[in-house]
Amino acid sequence: MLDGRGSVKRRAGARLWLSAGWLAVLVLAALLAPWITPKDPLAQDLFLGRLPPFWETGAEPGYYLGTDSLGRDVLSRILYGARLALIVALVAGSITCLLGAGLGLLAGFLRGWVDVLISRFIDIWMAFPPVLFSILLIAVIGPGLGSIILAIVIIDWTRFARVVRAEAMAQGAMDYVASARVAGRGRLGIMLREILPNVLPTIVVLLTLEMGIAVIVEAILSFVNLSISTDDPTWGGMIAEGRAAVYQAWWVLVFPLITLFLTVLSFSQLGEGLKDRFDPVLR
Amino acid sequence: MSYLEIDRLSVRLRGGGPLLRQVSLTVAAGEVRGLVGESGAGKSMIGKAVLGILPRSTEITAGRIVLDGVDLLTLPPAERRRRIGATCALIPQDPLTALNPSRRIGPQITDRLVDILGWPRVRAEARARELLAEVYIPDPERVMRSYPHELSGGMRQRILIASAFAAEPKLIVADEPTTALDVTVQKQILKLIKEMQERHGTALLFVTHDLGVVSKVCQSLSVLYAGLVVEDCAVRDFFRAPGHAYSAALLAATPKYTDAVASLTPVPDTVIAAVRAEVAAADRRMSHG
Ligand SMILES: Nc1ncnc2c1ncn2[C@@H]1O[C@H](COP(=O)(O)OP(=O)(O)OP(=O)(O)O)[C@@H](O)[C@H]1O
Ligand SMILES: [Mg+2]
Repeated sequence: MLDGRGSVKRRAGARLWLSAGWLAVLVLAALLAPWITPKDPLAQDLFLGRLPPFWETGAEPGYYLGTDSLGRDVLSRILYGARLALIVALVAGSITCLLGAGLGLLAGFLRGWVDVLISRFIDIWMAFPPVLFSILLIAVIGPGLGSIILAIVIIDWTRFARVVRAEAMAQGAMDYVASARVAGRGRLGIMLREILPNVLPTIVVLLTLEMGIAVIVEAILSFVNLSISTDDPTWGGMIAEGRAAVYQAWWVLVFPLITLFLTVLSFSQLGEGLKDRFDPVLR
Repeated sequence: MSYLEIDRLSVRLRGGGPLLRQVSLTVAAGEVRGLVGESGAGKSMIGKAVLGILPRSTEITAGRIVLDGVDLLTLPPAERRRRIGATCALIPQDPLTALNPSRRIGPQITDRLVDILGWPRVRAEARARELLAEVYIPDPERVMRSYPHELSGGMRQRILIASAFAAEPKLIVADEPTTALDVTVQKQILKLIKEMQERHGTALLFVTHDLGVVSKVCQSLSVLYAGLVVEDCAVRDFFRAPGHAYSAALLAATPKYTDAVASLTPVPDTVIAAVRAEVAAADRRMSHG
């Protein structure tokens, strides 16, 4: 029993630290990009096009992960790409979370007409095809950071709202809430002090998952050229470019893809790991 | 004069049938009143009505709940809540869900004193330690720093009892406080509630379906069937000679008071039919009056 718990705990810890470590590296890369990138990510040099990564023959020193067909350094572009990916993850994730979890908490705990109003709104919202809706939105207001974030919020806030609503409702039926009400604590007080701490682990998992999703959505939109229309490197854009020449220069596609994969994985694992930390019953 | 007086209280499901049918009962200061009846009879409803925590799906249609001379139902909601918070407390049934799993024990006891009664934190903490010791919890200091899941069911129920008595309430509603515990722990907890109740002179509305418990703890008793009080009597009289056929049948169906398990008698159909007729008569009265 003790052993079983101990090993589960250790694994959860390793998972947490590995994912947090990878994300920390990304954050540092994003912050320090101008100082740590070996090359200018935008500098083109056709004589240095499609250089392989450092361990293959024909590699040039300084271009550790090779170059793309225009001779731009893949590693530098990946590091710069972390900027946009993380900004989208952070901003879109937080807004989606605040909006969705806030409404879900209100609906699930207050019940009554508030719940009816919010729940109907969610139903109606979900009856629209949100993906279509957000592509339309981008078509109207044009591609850009703001519209990516808006699109993500539009698509995903309902998931937060529904899950948090269900949890808040379950918690609201517990006896400790009844005791708090008898003692005279107000609705807001009960919601924030009694219910929220119990819903928080779920919110954290949803939030980190959402951040991973945001990174993917941004990559997909870049991939189909609907993202930010500057030359700033993005992982999705790199993957799109790399796809064209995958047989001549696989590294242009593979390295951003691995980075994307690890990042999304880390976000979801971070969530699970944090949940174990947060949850007093599992702690 | 009685501390709590419930006078012809009727509660119904919103847009549905009645749950409580003109329930009347009194609890004197320091008295323990038992509330018995089958599952679904409305025992918990009465407790919830008194404490102002009826589910949203129900509504009070008539009656008075007089607490310390004031009819709670005529007060504005904020004032009603303040009054109940200052004078009443709840010992819930399930110690598993009655403590907030994500908060430490200490604040769960002291918050109430600090936020609602305005005690200084230091005094509240001293009081919590004192109370935990009073309910025989060894090492109160450590327990106050624990999370609920780190403690046993019996321990948690002790904490809930301590917590209920913390603000020196005048009335406590105990809703089947021992049902979720195993038998040996049940006895200890029951004894503890009794002991605390006597020491603090608190009135107790004790919900249970166990007549054995009633005989040990209560002075007066209300027997409920389908939201109707079929008998209201002193416990001593009840066990000598129940005043109602349904009560008598209930008593006969309780293992403690029969010789062998084999002689256990379910409530006879004729008695059920009679008490159902009474319920129907009460409904007619209600719809006329
Ligand atoms: N939240 C609710 N919404 C609607 N009806 C309810 C609700 N809770 C209880 N009821 C109904 O009210 C009636 C009385 O319920 P109550 O909980 O008071 O029974 P009880 O006597 O406490 O039974 P038990 O011994 O099972 O706890 C039951 O018929 C029940 O179905
Ligand atoms: Mg009950």
